[in-house]
Amino acid sequence: MTTPGWEHLEHGADIGVRGCGASLAEAFTQAALSMSSIVTDLDKIDASESVDIECEAPDFELLLVDWLNEIVYQMATRNMLFGRFDVQINDHRLLARLYGETADPGKHQPAVEIKGATFTELKVYQTDAGDWVAQCVVDV
Amino acid sequence: MKLDLFKQRDDYSWEIPARGSMRVPAIIYADRALIEAMDDKVYQQVVNVATLPGIVDYAYAMPDAHWGYGFPIGGVAAFDADAGGVISAGGVGFDISCGVRCLHTGLVADDIALARDALAEELYQRVPAGVGSTGHIHLGAKEMDAMLNGGAKWAVSRGYGSLEDLERIEERGCMRGADPAQVSEKARHRQRNEMGTLGSGNHYLEVQYIDRIYDEPIAAAFGLRQGDALVSIHCGSRGLGHQIGTEFLRLMATTASQHGIVLPDRELACAPIKSDTGQSYLGAMRAAINCALANRQIITHLTRQAFEVIFPGSRLPLLYDVSHNTCKLETHRKDGRARQLYVHRKGATRAFGPGHAELPADLREAGQPVLIGGSMGTCSYILAGTAESEQRAFSSACHGAGRAMSRRQATRQWRGREVVDELRRQGIIVRSPSLRGVAEEAPSAYKDVAAVVDAADRAGLARKVARVRPLVCVKG
Repeated sequence: MTTPGWEHLEHGADIGVRGCGASLAEAFTQAALSMSSIVTDLDKIDASESVDIECEAPDFELLLVDWLNEIVYQMATRNMLFGRFDVQINDHRLLARLYGETADPGKHQPAVEIKGATFTELKVYQTDAGDWVAQCVVDV
Repeated sequence: MKLDLFKQRDDYSWEIPARGSMRVPAIIYADRALIEAMDDKVYQQVVNVATLPGIVDYAYAMPDAHWGYGFPIGGVAAFDADAGGVISAGGVGFDISCGVRCLHTGLVADDIALARDALAEELYQRVPAGVGSTGHIHLGAKEMDAMLNGGAKWAVSRGYGSLEDLERIEERGCMRGADPAQVSEKARHRQRNEMGTLGSGNHYLEVQYIDRIYDEPIAAAFGLRQGDALVSIHCGSRGLGHQIGTEFLRLMATTASQHGIVLPDRELACAPIKSDTGQSYLGAMRAAINCALANRQIITHLTRQAFEVIFPGSRLPLLYDVSHNTCKLETHRKDGRARQLYVHRKGATRAFGPGHAELPADLREAGQPVLIGGSMGTCSYILAGTAESEQRAFSSACHGAGRAMSRRQATRQWRGREVVDELRRQGIIVRSPSLRGVAEEAPSAYKDVAAVVDAADRAGLARKVARVRPLVCVKG
């Protein structure tokens, strides 16, 4: 995986997301892109609308779960797909702007809806090279 | 998995003796081939479950067990509240009360064949399926509470189906003890437009026919004959259940240590049944069970409307409705003693044996119908609870096939259009809003459910009654 970048983790029933970046915020951004790409191809999502969200958690791993679950909630209740994320993290508080558009079955061919981010394979850590990695399995 | 990890009890049960922090031993039910192919993670997860406070007898895994969240999918564990027993959001899963409902149609396969495309189109138009699909029912706050308290009973009272449907649903269609006050605004918001929708992933509505009967007397008691056409609906509690699962998994993970619970893994998040968190989750989870029962009841109504258009005058009574992601308070007998236990079934179906008081009178002699869904384009099975099922695994059986490969691998291997065309050649009509979704759910992306069902039958968890083949599949 390149930095910054994302990939999917193999999981028997479901699928894992993994984001990597030079900063924690970049790794969280990439993890979110990884999750959106489970639903549809990222290049099919126009960034015509935006939604601001924030979350706070006692540690980085819970913050990742909260972050992904907040995106899941916004996707589900606004019927939107998001293809771009601007993320800031200060201490254990995350502020973000999600860019995307209303889901269109014909255009996006959404494969599956995300039920929630789980604690399985949940890890947020810095590599020896100094890059940040953020990952967990999501239930689809 | 390596077989030397186990003490083999018989051809179909494999014991992991209690060691280390395990409070009880664990048993996996499977044949040799299934257990050899099973993910090592199942071993670790079933061992972890055996360490939880208040667990009774054994931690069990069904023949279709695979890697889950804390609990394996295909995991069964019972807890005694008076012995410090716990309840776990991961032990129920995100899609609370996901399950299968099966309807008779009074028609046979040849009838369906005459109008297959028209029926597929009518069902597809009426039953919302796929990511972001919305239902026609939008519940205000008060009506949402009524639904969360009433389940399928609420749906029937609003005109979706008839009172006799309720007899053929677990809990008579209404889970007692639901507490809508424990269901967050976010969970309600996610459900606002999702009543009466199938969802996506492995959820489906299928028209099927019986191609094989294994047990004539029980099939007769269930009203099933060779060639009969049936409808199966596989879906759950939609966004409301997912949000409740999400919120309580986090809450239980962050508060377990306050209850003195040492978690071998954070994903095993749980709370004592006799704690505020435990009671709060029980109330919310039961409300989500009602949401799933109401959802399947509404979809049943939409299905009947579609059949009425294509086959005027047809009647579609319920065979049965089972849930496979639940925690339920049940009475279980062992050594002549009746115990009240909280039984978690994560990807496992309840399988009450003949004579069980919970069963409707006309099914009591035969045992509970156990509905095992296949994947798109493959066979499903109808089994019946056995007399020995209670001693085997608190009256539980398997729930389905489980994936053989990841979604990504599947899309690399097949294109959605090819899958649809191939199934059409086999006489199966697939309707779905997403060809990518169809590729990810390709029949060969799943394990062979026949092997799982055979193992469940031979292990005495449930008895094989009939096999059904799909004719029409509406896929989310």
